[in-house]
Amino acid sequence: MTTTLDTGPDVSRSAAPRSDRARRAGRTAGRLLPMGPALVLLAIFMAGPVVWSFYGSFTDAALTGAAAQNTSWVGLDNYTGLFADPNFPKSVWLTVIFVLTSAIIGQNVLGLTLAMLMRQATGVVRAAVGTLVVTAWVLPEIVAAFAAYAFFHADGTLNALLGAVGLGESNWLYDFPMLAVIIANVWRGAAFSMMVYAAALANLPPDVTEAATVDGASGPKRLLYVTLPMIRRSISTNFMLTTLMTLQVFTLIYVMTAGGPGTDSSTLPLLAYQEAFSFGRIGYGTAIATIMLLIGAVFSVVYIRMLRPEVD
Amino acid sequence: MAVSTRPAARPLSVAAPRRLSVRAISNTILLVIGLCFLLPLGWLVLASIDESASLVVSVPGSVSAANFDAVLSADQTFRPLWNSFVLSAGCALITVVAAVLAAYPLSRYRMRFNKPFMYGVLFGTGLPITAMMVPVYALFVRLNLLDSLPGAIFFLAATSLPMAIWMMKNFMDSVPVSLEEAAWVDGASAMRALRTVVVPLMRPGIAVVFIFVFIQAWGNFFVPFVLLLSPEKQPAAVSIFTFFGQYGSVAYGQLAAFSLLYSLPVLVLYVLVSRVLGGSFTMAGAVKG
Repeated sequence: MTTTLDTGPDVSRSAAPRSDRARRAGRTAGRLLPMGPALVLLAIFMAGPVVWSFYGSFTDAALTGAAAQNTSWVGLDNYTGLFADPNFPKSVWLTVIFVLTSAIIGQNVLGLTLAMLMRQATGVVRAAVGTLVVTAWVLPEIVAAFAAYAFFHADGTLNALLGAVGLGESNWLYDFPMLAVIIANVWRGAAFSMMVYAAALANLPPDVTEAATVDGASGPKRLLYVTLPMIRRSISTNFMLTTLMTLQVFTLIYVMTAGGPGTDSSTLPLLAYQEAFSFGRIGYGTAIATIMLLIGAVFSVVYIRMLRPEVD
Repeated sequence: MAVSTRPAARPLSVAAPRRLSVRAISNTILLVIGLCFLLPLGWLVLASIDESASLVVSVPGSVSAANFDAVLSADQTFRPLWNSFVLSAGCALITVVAAVLAAYPLSRYRMRFNKPFMYGVLFGTGLPITAMMVPVYALFVRLNLLDSLPGAIFFLAATSLPMAIWMMKNFMDSVPVSLEEAAWVDGASAMRALRTVVVPLMRPGIAVVFIFVFIQAWGNFFVPFVLLLSPEKQPAAVSIFTFFGQYGSVAYGQLAAFSLLYSLPVLVLYVLVSRVLGGSFTMAGAVKG
């Protein structure tokens, strides 16, 4: 993965002696043929749900009752209902907090800190801590969620520790549900940022920081004026990736708090699930999903623009 | 520990004592962070061998396999794990075959179609798929695919395809074209060249994509939770959650034991991938950080 070999000269040119337009079209079609299976799969199971999501959000689809039999077009009713419902703006706000604190700040700062400390640390420590951090990330999401649940539970490890040092105990999952799921998400996702930043730091030419050291720049100054500017591309890419991943987090929150108490930790994916499957309002849940898709699409476009040089 | 001995660092050797203290501080902070990561994970391991496990991490009085004995039954563990395997292996197989086929024209021919498609693929990797399980559920009701294992497999495969095509194209780009040209001269078709020349050469890359997709599907809870309804079809991720709901508040030890059994294949596969890729933390490289 370290080196990308040159793919050599463009082979299509040498294989085509004549530039007959119809023949070229036929040739292109023939060459695209192997993409068939992927295109069919993507069209049915990826584009399909996206289109269905837009369509379904304008209907009163439901799990039970009359609307379950005959779904009818209701226009913008789901959306107007959504904005009239106090739970929705609250959920948007919770999602923003969740993404901002756990992904943008938490995972990135902790990931970068870990990556930088590991460059200074002893091999054994690096290997041991690296393994622990990565394990939290590689574990299936539901198992990680159980571990976090046990940690934050009123009878769990955190309270036992706090009690042991004489600090007050709390019922974290009920009194501070957002704090608990945010910390849990940082714990779970820091490994990804750590790996991205470790790779970025490893690619830095060592002479630059050495020159700064010789010039008398202190550690924090070197970080702020040399290291961070040089890995800014990795930082912006990682901001996007962690945001997109955190936007989707469902299982972790569902297991730890189920969005509760009430809707106090219902980010958008949880709210969509609750509305659709607990209250049977599929159209309503679909409208939330559509909004999430649009948010994700915006972030995706920004992300693509940042990666543009790699596609071209 | 051997400090890196670059010739340029020689004149700075006066700074060696300071470097030592930097190392000590780094080690200490890392160990503290590591402990924070260890506590929740340690609970899983210790509770699984503790017959009277609670939610607090604690060293059990006596090591016992009772929790594992209790969950190692067909209904409890083996069938869900088998379902997980069918789901993940099926998904990974379909994804890899479709991705290899799709990556070939993208990697080998310069077409006007390439750029928009690669942009589309990148766009697809960013869509919050798990956030839209409600419309997926509604669509599956319409298509009569609800509670169908193939339906869930195809959906999982389609959602992992964008990332798989992206990775596969990068791996394929690093296989030199000159080797295929020899095959073309001998009269082999593009598909034959792909099968006999390119695929064997990029076996490690294909293995990485396969395992990557497999791990994701194995760990996926939300998709089978919504799309598969009958208990005998549900993978371990869902049955473990059902178990948690039914007995979770009493049998913590069994929950931890089941969780470990379910996590083990993924951990082994991850170690395998890191070996294939040569480094320990190279997964991020595949994501183009």
